[in-house]
Parts: sequence; structure tokens; C-alpha cells
Amino acid sequence: MSIRDQAYIAGIYEHPTRKASDKSVAQLHAESALGALRDCGLSAADVDGYFCAGDAPGGVQMIEYLGLNVRHYDGTEAGGTSYVLDVGHAAQAIAAGKCNVALITLGGRPRSEGVATGTTPRIYNISAPDVQFEAPFGATLVNLYAMSAARHMHQFGTTSEQLAWIKVAASHHAQHNPNAMLREVVTVEDVVNSPLVAEPLHRLDCCVISDGGGALVVVRPEIARSLKKPLVKVRGAAEAVKHSAGGQIDLTSSAAARSGPAAFAEAGVSPKDINYVSIYDSFTITVLTQLEDLGFCAKGEGGKFVADGNLISGVGRLPFNTDGGGLCNNHPANRGGITKAIEAVRQLRGEANAAVQVKDCRLALVNGIGGGALANKHCSATLILERE
Amino acid sequence: MSKSRDIIAPTPSPETEEFWRSAREKRLALKYCSSCKKHHYYPRAICPHCFSDSTEWRDAQGEGTIHAFSVMRRAPVPYAVAYIELAEGPLMLSNLVNCDFNKVRIGQGVRLCFSDFEGGKLPVFEPL
Repeated sequence: MSIRDQAYIAGIYEHPTRKASDKSVAQLHAESALGALRDCGLSAADVDGYFCAGDAPGGVQMIEYLGLNVRHYDGTEAGGTSYVLDVGHAAQAIAAGKCNVALITLGGRPRSEGVATGTTPRIYNISAPDVQFEAPFGATLVNLYAMSAARHMHQFGTTSEQLAWIKVAASHHAQHNPNAMLREVVTVEDVVNSPLVAEPLHRLDCCVISDGGGALVVVRPEIARSLKKPLVKVRGAAEAVKHSAGGQIDLTSSAAARSGPAAFAEAGVSPKDINYVSIYDSFTITVLTQLEDLGFCAKGEGGKFVADGNLISGVGRLPFNTDGGGLCNNHPANRGGITKAIEAVRQLRGEANAAVQVKDCRLALVNGIGGGALANKHCSATLILERE
Repeated sequence: MSKSRDIIAPTPSPETEEFWRSAREKRLALKYCSSCKKHHYYPRAICPHCFSDSTEWRDAQGEGTIHAFSVMRRAPVPYAVAYIELAEGPLMLSNLVNCDFNKVRIGQGVRLCFSDFEGGKLPVFEPL
């Protein structure tokens, strides 16, 4: 069964906070849920499906806390891409008749809590089989992604300057976003002269650490048409997992090489049809790798593709992350997937910040990478959304 | 020469105790599958290549090449993580030690050695 045309993203909300020392994590989820329901004119009583991931302080607990009465619950954990995945899973549930109004929430406070997100090993589950073969060696998020960057440079001649263009483009967009953490426009020189964190990645190759929240409301077509917002349809959705395969891993590619073509096939479109992309940007190399794997350029050509402002709205051929992305705007709860979906919906509705709004934006692609790193294991989720 | 960093001690399971016991004796124990004739890493009871349970421990030669590495500069003591392409085939996530990080290159040959931590040893590599 295809989910093509079976569900719409009706409500969106990005919590404006970037530092929430005065709020609880559950409260950030709830405030985001309220925002997304208000955005589309629905209420909590309409929600009959609930989706959350590892940032939620318990999925069943959240359903209790929010006071929901649901007949479908999905707590799939795939790190920062969970919410991109959830949109596809919500569309499946709606198509199968398991729910009519699906609420997806995210919230967290890594900034208030002083989490050293990328620079120290983070052990979620000591029994996870990979932990004892990674943490003792000092593997962290940033040095794992850095090894993918190093290998990409070695195999394809990609440069730090080319990676820097990704941050430069994000900063051009963030200057127009009053809620963005980093609104200053930066240059390639600023990026490559910022301190090295894990070679070859510099400080400005890394996303921000922010508190925050977000929510999405996904509904069946009849409900979407009864609401006042412009119609944003889920045209294709797919997911894939890549891992170290017993020690046979290509560090330079991602699971987007499989989730992307599957989503394009379901949607019946190709990369050249896409007007706007939201691409997970935990690090600059994350963006470059996904763009190659999704087919926006050939493998190994990502460095040339992103250079010279090609990702800047109004300047280049492929405007990306027009809210400033995780690199400049927001990476709530260390999980950037939900804000990727939110900005794609804003673009399709024509509600992006005026300076970065893509003209006649009809088809958008959202891609997220989460649950690990490019260099070991991760899940990729791809969405293709259409303004109807 | 690289200074030592604080090592997070591993938490072995019954499935991996042999790996860490071998390391204490300065051996790198790999899992080999007698069904598909391949090594895998990290070690498992059931082969991730062919899902056979005919796996056995075999000591590695202790040689390999650097497939990728990253020097962690934002750490109290800078250190290098690396993927080592072992002579037996698999990539192994490890560390580079006893070297000038500025002179290390992808493709360089490496040799097995060991870093000490409280209660055990960590299999790491030094460039040749």
C-alpha cells in the first residue's frame, strides 16, 4: 500500500525558545502540541494518534500528561530523524484507518542542562552492543562525523572551504529569522578559521545546542480540506538504516542513498522537480553527504555542488534550510528532524520569512539522519511534500 | 608523543569477555565465521555476514592501515580516533597513539599496541 496522497501535514509549530531553564521537558512538548493544534484549528480532543521518540520523558507518560485519548501510539526512536520518520508512519496509520489526527511532538533542554552533545561519549544504554567498542576509544558524535569528512576529502578531494559554504548559506538565511540562535552572516574564512573541534571539522561546521520543542499534526485528506491552512500533502515517504556491517562500511555514504530513491519512486518525481530542501545539518558534512545520496549531484561532487552560494535562497539552484537550520537557528533537544519538516511546510505554504521564501514553491524534500553517525550506524528518513 | 587521556572502561558482556581478557594479555581477539570464512568486528556470537552461529575467536595479526582518522582537539588531552582496516579485512574503530598527529596520513600502515586503563588494556594502534 502506498501512502501517496493519503495524508497531509496540517499543523506545525516551532517553539520560539532556545533556552528553557524555566520549563520542564514535558511542558515543552505540551506547548509545542498546543501551538501546532492552534495552527490548524484542531484541539487535543481531535487527536487520536500520538507519535514521539527518545526525547519524550516516556511515551505513555506523555499521553497521560497531555490528557490525550488515542487509539494509535508509536514511540519509534531513530534519534534526530525520528519526527521525519513519524510523518511517514503517521501517513501509514491514517491510510490503514488506525487514526485520523496524528500528533507528533518533540522537546528537550540540552542547553540548560549543559550537555556536551558532540564532544564526549554519550551512553544511552550500557547494554547496547556497540557501546563497549566505541566509548572506551573516545568516539563521540563529532569525531565520528569528522572521520566521514576526512574520508570524503581523501577519496574525492572535498575541501574544508567547500564544507564551509554550507554554513555560510545557513547563516545567510538565519539573518532573517528573529528566533535564530546565530543570526550573524559568516564567510568561508570565518568557518575555516574557527577553532578545530575534531579534525577536519571546525566549530562552525557544527550545529548549535539549543533547548526547544516542535510539533506536527498529520491528518487524513477530508480533515485537511476542512481546515483553513494551505494544503501540504505527503506525496512520498521512505526510510532506511545503514550500519557498520560487521566492519565493512563506506564512510562517505548514508542511508539516504536508499531512502531517497524509494521516496522519489513513491512520489513519482525526481530531484530536478524539487523546489526546496530541508536537509539535516548536525554538521556540514551531513548535508553534503545527503545531497549526493539523494541524487542532487553525483557521489563525490558534493563539494563543488554546495560551493559559491548554490544553497542560498534567491542565489543558488537549490535553496536549503531557509530558517537557518541546525547550523544557525535551532537544534532542539539535539534533534533537528522536526524543524526540517516545519520549515518545508512553511515554504510550501508561502509562510517562510519573506527574504528567503522560494517563489512558487510546490515540491519540497525533507531528509533526516539520526540514531548514530554517518561513520557507524544511522537511520535516514525522506519525505516528499507537495503544495496542493 | 601523545599524552594519555581518561579512558571510559568498557562494560564486557558474557559474549565479549574473551575480547577484553585477550586484550589484558596483549592480544586482539577477532571473531571468525567458519561458515562464510570471514572475520567480523565488533565481535558477536552470531555472524553478521551470514547469520551462522559457527563463530570462533582468532587472534589478529596486529597489522593494518589507517582508513580514516580524526584528531579530537576539543578535549583536555587531544587524541585521535581512527578506523583501522585490519589485515583480516574488517574496519575497527580504535585510537592512534605514539605519534605526531600532524604527520599521520590515511593509508599509512599501523601496528597493534595497548593503552592501559584501570583494570584492563585497550587495543590501539601506532603508525609505522
